[in-house]
Amino acid sequence: MTSKNSCIEPENEGNLTDATRRDFLKQSTLLTAIALTPAPLVKAAENGWDEKIADVYEKVPVNIEVNGVKHQLSVEPRATLLDLLREQLDLTGTKKGCDYGQCGACTVHVDGHRVNSCLTLGVMVNGKKITTIEGLAKGDQLHPMQESFLKHDGFQCGYCTPGQIMSAVACIREGHANSATEIREYMSGNICRCGAYPNIISAIQEVKEGGQEV
Amino acid sequence: MKQFQYVHPSTQQSVLDAINKPGTKIIAGGTNLVDLMKRGVTAPDKLVDINRLPLKGITATKTGLHIGALALNSVVSEDNLVVEKQPLLSMALKSGASPQLRNMATVGGNMMQRTRCTYFYDITMPCNKREPGSGCGALEGFNRMHAIFGASPQCIAVHPSDMCVGLAALDAVVVIAGRKGERRIPFTGFHRLAEDHPETDNHLAKDELIIGVEIPDNNFAKHSYYLKVRDRQSYAFALVSVAAALDIDNGTIRQARLAMGGVAHKPWRLFDAEKALIGKPVSEESFKQAAQIAMQGAKAYQYNAFKLKLAPASITEALKHASGLV
Ligand SMILES: Cc1cc2nc3c(=O)[nH]c(=O)nc-3n(C[C@H](O)[C@H](O)[C@H](O)COP(=O)(O)OP(=O)(O)OC[C@H]3O[C@@H](n4cnc5c(N)ncnc54)[C@H](O)[C@@H]3O)c2cc1C
Ligand code: FES
Ligand code: FES
Repeated sequence: MTSKNSCIEPENEGNLTDATRRDFLKQSTLLTAIALTPAPLVKAAENGWDEKIADVYEKVPVNIEVNGVKHQLSVEPRATLLDLLREQLDLTGTKKGCDYGQCGACTVHVDGHRVNSCLTLGVMVNGKKITTIEGLAKGDQLHPMQESFLKHDGFQCGYCTPGQIMSAVACIREGHANSATEIREYMSGNICRCGAYPNIISAIQEVKEGGQEV
Repeated sequence: MKQFQYVHPSTQQSVLDAINKPGTKIIAGGTNLVDLMKRGVTAPDKLVDINRLPLKGITATKTGLHIGALALNSVVSEDNLVVEKQPLLSMALKSGASPQLRNMATVGGNMMQRTRCTYFYDITMPCNKREPGSGCGALEGFNRMHAIFGASPQCIAVHPSDMCVGLAALDAVVVIAGRKGERRIPFTGFHRLAEDHPETDNHLAKDELIIGVEIPDNNFAKHSYYLKVRDRQSYAFALVSVAAALDIDNGTIRQARLAMGGVAHKPWRLFDAEKALIGKPVSEESFKQAAQIAMQGAKAYQYNAFKLKLAPASITEALKHASGLV
């Protein structure tokens, strides 16, 4: 989101009338402002509050099982499951797209259910089982959904793919993959900027129709 | 995100004790709160995770359905009792957010979610809801998503929920626990208009907890429809949405319930239009008349005038679907 918004340049500004210039500014400030660091954080950093605060707010012990491996972690309450997976456990397969629940790139399974890990606090999954894209394959044998995405070219740049695949597996398990229309609706939480949607749907349909265990 | 303390009490009493202190906030699914905390829109010192409370149940009572505040949006939308007795609620829920988000979002959290007004979200912009007295950025700004009913010169934001539009139409009741015991308020009286206090979205006191909602049994199951109009077909907030429920006897409307989303600071119940439908035949003509009545008092801003046409067309369309005309 940040990079997309900061790309907006007022290159045609010279041609704008006053009224349209105002409208343009209204919209572009709105967009660019989202990319700015929140003022309270900047202020906190300037005053060195972060270190002082860290003494007061203790880390919390969190026990989780990720892809079958148990972990005993100590996490800050503000750390999201996404950051915990990527930064503490080096499981970088799960992607950070928007960090605000809007794209689905961070989709993982918690106790078998798909969720957005960017809006899940790590402390809130204590005692739960998490599956990420790294946990789908059995050794060298890819999961049928991974195979199918390869076969159907279900991606271009690949950034959204881990989230798409985690969501696709859940979509079939939930019983929401009975038609292309239903798949489209139940995969709508995963955005693909490359627009690989038709191939993603074919990939899911093949797995569903193949009747393999997912 | 600012640092905060985290507690997860196991009893309702300890939750009520904890939230009584300033700077404290409840967290349920986290899908709205964590988002707002990341952006610095809200910065609590302490989060009280209520997920250990036994508030997930969906049960049939003598008079209706009781749904616990921690029931997940995905679970409620697919629950057999809900689908059978209150399909309108199921439809409204399924049209909201994404499957992943619905797997996290709770009934209580959905009711308490804040507006999606971009000026509210952007802490560099004025917003009376976020920072009372700072002004309303949307009033003269980019107000395409904003209210056409009951807006205040201080705030023209809309309540973003779909579920709440369904519950408002279905005469639901909110069950609230406080330190002095339980109280119940009608769903239509839970959220409030912005008036002079846009910072306050609803009538829940700071030291109260939503424990559930009750939906009285009705005769609307056969003729219900939730229509949501948005910029893309799925995974987007409503420009306008309509919850329509009819009780039809031999082609004549016996009772009607109508509510709209995306048009006001609260789920907008259309009482006058409902009354006008009673005794009328099921026909496009009756529906258009009701839609016209519903639009009385609507007022648009620079960029949302399209809603003045979209809203009545949506009401008519939703009623056609509910009645089986289409
Ligand atoms: C990208 C995106 C798209 C979305 N699209 C839609 C949409 O189309 N339609 C729609 O309706 N919604 C949509 N949502 C919003 C979503 O439905 C809400 O975020 C969700 O319902 C909030 O529930 P939660 O349990 O996660 O709440 P939380 O984030 O945990 O809490 C939200 C607020 O409720 C309070 N709270 C929670 N439970 C209680 C309780 N029991 N008693 C008192 N206070 C409580 C919290 O203190 C907090 O202030 C979308 C969200 C995102 C991120
Ligand atoms: S990173 Fe985009 S939804 Fe989580
Ligand atoms: S493959 Fe590039 S975003 Fe989906």
